[in-house]
Amino acid sequence: MKILVCVTSVPDTITKITLTDNNTKLNKAGVQFITGPYDDYALSRAVELKEQLGGSVTVLNVGESDADPVIRKCLAIGADDAIRVNAEPTDAYFVAEQIAAIAKESSYDLILMGRESIDYNGGQVHGIVGEMLGLPSISPVMKLAIEGSTAKITREIEGGHEELEAGLPLVLGCQEPIAEWKIPNMRGIMSARTKPLKVVEPTGKETLTHIANYELPPARGACKMIPASEAETLIKLLRTEAKVI
Amino acid sequence: MSVLIFAELDEGALKKSSLEAIYYGSKVAELTGTSATVLVLGEGNADELAKAGRFGASKVLHASDAQLTEGNAMAYASVVAEAANQEGADVIVLAKSSLADSMAARLAGKLKAGLAANVIELPDVSNGFRVKRSIFTGKAFAFTELTAEKKILAIKKNTITPEETEATATVEAFKPALNNADFAVKVTKVEKATGDILLPEADLVVSAGRGLKGPENWGIVEDLAKALHAATACSKPVSDLDWRPHHEHVGQTGIKISPNLYIACGISGAIQHLAGVNSSKVIVVINKDAEAPFFKSADYGIVGDVFEVLPRLTKAVQAL
Repeated sequence: MKILVCVTSVPDTITKITLTDNNTKLNKAGVQFITGPYDDYALSRAVELKEQLGGSVTVLNVGESDADPVIRKCLAIGADDAIRVNAEPTDAYFVAEQIAAIAKESSYDLILMGRESIDYNGGQVHGIVGEMLGLPSISPVMKLAIEGSTAKITREIEGGHEELEAGLPLVLGCQEPIAEWKIPNMRGIMSARTKPLKVVEPTGKETLTHIANYELPPARGACKMIPASEAETLIKLLRTEAKVI
Repeated sequence: MSVLIFAELDEGALKKSSLEAIYYGSKVAELTGTSATVLVLGEGNADELAKAGRFGASKVLHASDAQLTEGNAMAYASVVAEAANQEGADVIVLAKSSLADSMAARLAGKLKAGLAANVIELPDVSNGFRVKRSIFTGKAFAFTELTAEKKILAIKKNTITPEETEATATVEAFKPALNNADFAVKVTKVEKATGDILLPEADLVVSAGRGLKGPENWGIVEDLAKALHAATACSKPVSDLDWRPHHEHVGQTGIKISPNLYIACGISGAIQHLAGVNSSKVIVVINKDAEAPFFKSADYGIVGDVFEVLPRLTKAVQAL
């Protein structure tokens, strides 16, 4: 089983977003970057599958050198080697084109990634990569088992889930509860230092979208507190003041 | 150039979010001086399909091949691409959903289209094509230029308020060419709650967390939800503990919702939970801990025991 796991380096989920350069850039100062939580699920499942079936896990990131700590952590969790395409991940099409180019160089049985990155929430890279490689893509995948050359998959749908079967190779966008997040142990951290991290230059530079500027949402007003002894007042206020019921 | 809207049916009816997309797409057509066509796949009766006209569309293309009754994202993407080609559509509008999201991802690759997800306002077409979209799960907005010839806009639910008219749309049968490669993924089983209000489509949501102490106590949450005609939701720990199914989990790594009203019961309000619900129009927090961080992000708050407060709220709703 040869698995490629595509990971994003994104601001930690507890980050308070601030802007800079006249609201044209996100302020990276003081922001802790982490592996995208959905990508982390994909990686954890990939490592489990490798332990179960043998094979290898390669981590791929499209990003600049500041993503290296995130990539090293993926190696510490159990990936065997890593590739970083040395470019700012400007838009989904650009990133998908890089992933497809890397994927074409070797024959992977599975190309896994998160259902979406938690920064831009586009959720489209897996589909575009699938199109570019002529492979089926499925998202969001909650369960993944491999039997021979067939993948058995549970996909979340609104109000439930569906069970799917497809032959390998496949491109999958993953989410919980596909695996438990793995925490790197000391041995993993030590070995990650010497695992190969290959840096390659991007192919092409075409993008289809461009962010002109950003805005932050307005702060919510103060919370109106209602004593528990007058709980019924809430229902009255929701009808007459907030007008939502 | 024209606008094509991909609309979804749920149990034979156009989904509320699809009506929002139809209205949005029709407004885009108006702004760009062209017409809006709706594409509907699956079984739906003519009256229901013609309803698209009330939201601004002039024409509905309806494909009801038996192979298209299950939500197959790859086949759907090919069909939408074919319809877009037939109609000369450069802009494709859809509402975010588990089906539309994976369909749109595929379509973006197929058409080499720029895709903007979580769009919350009509585009600015005065100089290029610029949309405002929600990013960082609602913590910021990005004004995004779509520079490719083809554009896909995935509308965030409950952010566009449609206006209805008496107009009707003509319904035409559409017979797309299906190709076998698109059916490489076999659906072996579908499990879906029926009769319930779908959480991502719900206007009102009652949600609960670990403060409920156990799955056996969910009755009081369901009673309030039922009285309000609301959907139920839960926090991540509750879904991790298997107290409730994963498709009810709202938060950073769960479902993102933007209802008119979100009532959080016994949820402390970690920032990862807020990420899934911060686009709700009104937030109510009920928690016995006055220091729960969620109160800082709420519009209304009650410091109290959910086991006492919820039944009283249910009674008050029933008395309305």
